[in-house]
Amino acid sequence: MSDLLRLATAGSVDDGKSTLVGRLLYDTKSVLADTLDAVHRASADRGLATPDLSLLVDGLRSEREQGITIDVAYRYFATPKRSFVLADTPGHVQYTRNTVTGASTAQLAVLLVDARKGVIEQTRRHAAVLALLGVPRLVLAVNKIDLVDYDEVTFSRIAKEFTAHATALGYTEDSVVEIPVSALAGDNVVEKSANTPWYSGPTLLEHLENVPVEPDPHDAPFRFPVQYVIRPRTAEHLDYRGYAGLVAAGTVKPGDEVVVLPSGRRSTVTKIDTADGELAEAAAGQSVTLLLADDIDISRGDLISVTGNEPTVTDELDATLCWLAEKPLRAGARVLVKHGTRTVQAMVTELRDRFDEQNLSSVDSPASLELNEIGRVALRLAEPVPLDDYSFSRRTGSFLVIDVSDGSTLAAGLVGAPLPLLENGVESCTGGSAATPDNHALVSPGP
Amino acid sequence: MTLALDTLGRLESEAIHIFREVAGEFDRPVILFSGGKDSTLLLHLAIKAFYPAPVPFPLLHVDTGHNFDEVIEFRDRVVAQHGLRLEVAKVQDWIDDGRLEERPDGTRNPLQTVPLLDSINEHKYDAVFGGGRRDEERARAKERIFSLRTAFGQWDPKRQRPELWNLYNGRHRAGEHVRVFPLSNWTELDVWNYIEREGIELPDIYYSHQRDVFLRDGMWLAEGPWGTARDGETLLRKTVRYRTVGDGSCTGAVESDASDIHAVIAEVSASRLTERGATRADDRLSEAAMEDRKREGYF
Ligand SMILES: Nc1nc2c(ncn2[C@@H]2O[C@H](COP(=O)(O)OP(=O)(O)OP(=O)(O)O)[C@@H](O)[C@H]2O)c(=O)[nH]1
Ligand SMILES: [Mg+2]
Repeated sequence: MSDLLRLATAGSVDDGKSTLVGRLLYDTKSVLADTLDAVHRASADRGLATPDLSLLVDGLRSEREQGITIDVAYRYFATPKRSFVLADTPGHVQYTRNTVTGASTAQLAVLLVDARKGVIEQTRRHAAVLALLGVPRLVLAVNKIDLVDYDEVTFSRIAKEFTAHATALGYTEDSVVEIPVSALAGDNVVEKSANTPWYSGPTLLEHLENVPVEPDPHDAPFRFPVQYVIRPRTAEHLDYRGYAGLVAAGTVKPGDEVVVLPSGRRSTVTKIDTADGELAEAAAGQSVTLLLADDIDISRGDLISVTGNEPTVTDELDATLCWLAEKPLRAGARVLVKHGTRTVQAMVTELRDRFDEQNLSSVDSPASLELNEIGRVALRLAEPVPLDDYSFSRRTGSFLVIDVSDGSTLAAGLVGAPLPLLENGVESCTGGSAATPDNHALVSPGP
Repeated sequence: MTLALDTLGRLESEAIHIFREVAGEFDRPVILFSGGKDSTLLLHLAIKAFYPAPVPFPLLHVDTGHNFDEVIEFRDRVVAQHGLRLEVAKVQDWIDDGRLEERPDGTRNPLQTVPLLDSINEHKYDAVFGGGRRDEERARAKERIFSLRTAFGQWDPKRQRPELWNLYNGRHRAGEHVRVFPLSNWTELDVWNYIEREGIELPDIYYSHQRDVFLRDGMWLAEGPWGTARDGETLLRKTVRYRTVGDGSCTGAVESDASDIHAVIAEVSASRLTERGATRADDRLSEAAMEDRKREGYF
């Protein structure tokens, strides 16, 4: 069993994500005395009778002033069974880009709903983002169960509705688990609650400690984006020329035949070097330096791949974007694409469709992609790039869309069509029953 | 042979990847190096990232003039040993020529920001590596690995870029720079476990020793150029060590018998206080002390 789980929270504003994270840290005794004292003091200053555990993670001044989360907080804690890297993300729609940040590396997401409100617009938006990014497992935490008198019927109704939605997004039934919790009171977070005798499943922590985590598959084809060429030019290492990088997928051994893309030149790995000595084998996630038998032209941006099972080298990119910028995307836009270690100029030639994450349908040929919308686009790249499908390889199938003028990140890009509905091109259903938007205005909209 | 990386292997791999990304994408990176444990670890990882070639970056230390002698001696020895280039920006120089004014309370920690930003501008550094960790403090827990700073060196937490997968976006406009934190995901215990695993040398003051100290605001401060015990405070000889090393005027020692790395690891594992809570007066100023300093351009 893996010793580490990376998880992120998700769900609408005020559903209780930060309180739940605070509760998890508090009840696992992961909060040190001085931090806890500070929370006690701050809660008392605010006139609260009990400590507000969300203050353990809402670390920015404006977050505390407004009582909302704005940016992701990363917390680390461990139980005897496992270590956890926890990203607490904001629920407010304006900060969805920060939710995407937290979810992009997560192996599991805890999606919260308020038991009084059930599944709402932002729940569906986040579920779509999680499905798109390929977060393998979900927990639906039906929170504030104390405010509906620990009512089983309410819980079951929400759980049923959500499971149907998640299944439509491509989740299997055993990858989604529903738990009734009260982050405020602690029910079913770490301790089993006496208030929910009708619930026989695990507490949130029990589930997090025992849920299987898929390791990086070792039988995946080898991929190695070259970050940097190491050439010491010292007397001792006169002819040393090593290609430094992090193994993105698969494994590599000395003697393996490889191909360098996009050039297509072939060679053989002679040595896997590290500061601690040579390795007999390296696997996904490891930072190493490869030495090859032939003196061929390789530089940052090239990809070293296993021969045979190679990525497609193309300047036509079919992709799904999660648009994260205020200014909308329109066909004809010139952008930069950062894929692996290579950044190339690109033009968005076509907006194929927009995913309507509320109705799980798609809208053909939209005029634009707006903030937080997911859509399928065609891109033409200034030079050919080796691409894998995102659903085949997360690390070599993902890219950033970057603004040419100010360098900001505009979108999360995924090669291919990772969402099942987009792939099947479900008939558009424009003008359908658009769900009512969450009416949570920020206390102050901020700059 | 098992190929799965353990926690330390995973953290090391991630840090090396970050160093190499910066080397590949920036023109003038620099590593902030004080001789403290986090910056010593940072340098150790940089050396590993480019092995067998030398580290392709210079080092920068903002010296408050209130540092511990042992740490400065250690800093210079490490720099010489690895044949590195070290730039020192002395707060004293800024005070002498009037660009900075000594504070009434005598602490110089907040005075580091101006020399840091001036040095970044003067040398046109475009990427600045720092040893900050997210587990240190809750404003730091909100920090990206690549953190964009304006031409005034400022951090705007509301304007942080999304940081997706392990694709770092280091693009910036002329005059802006990026702070890079390769140790973001390390905890204090990870740092000590790694120091043990790698046999990394640190300044002696991280291990228990005898020192004359006095109690102020619940912290054991040592005497030095920054001052000594005031009326009502008494100097006492104690067995102490430092958990963090910063400006002497506001870094407290902790009473400890931990004289070697194993004892330190045991102590850190059992500690009920965070390293900053136990030793930093500067963070106790207000609920948002760290955030405010970061916004101004602090590390
Ligand atoms: N009664 C009750 N109140 C809760 C519960 N969980 C959270 N709350 C309250 O709900 C409010 C919002 O909680 P937060 O934890 O800040 O919500 P959040 O989901 O992190 O909000 P954003 O991060 O801004 O999206 C606070 O006033 C909490 O005290 C619960 O289980 N029961
Ligand atoms: Mg929150």
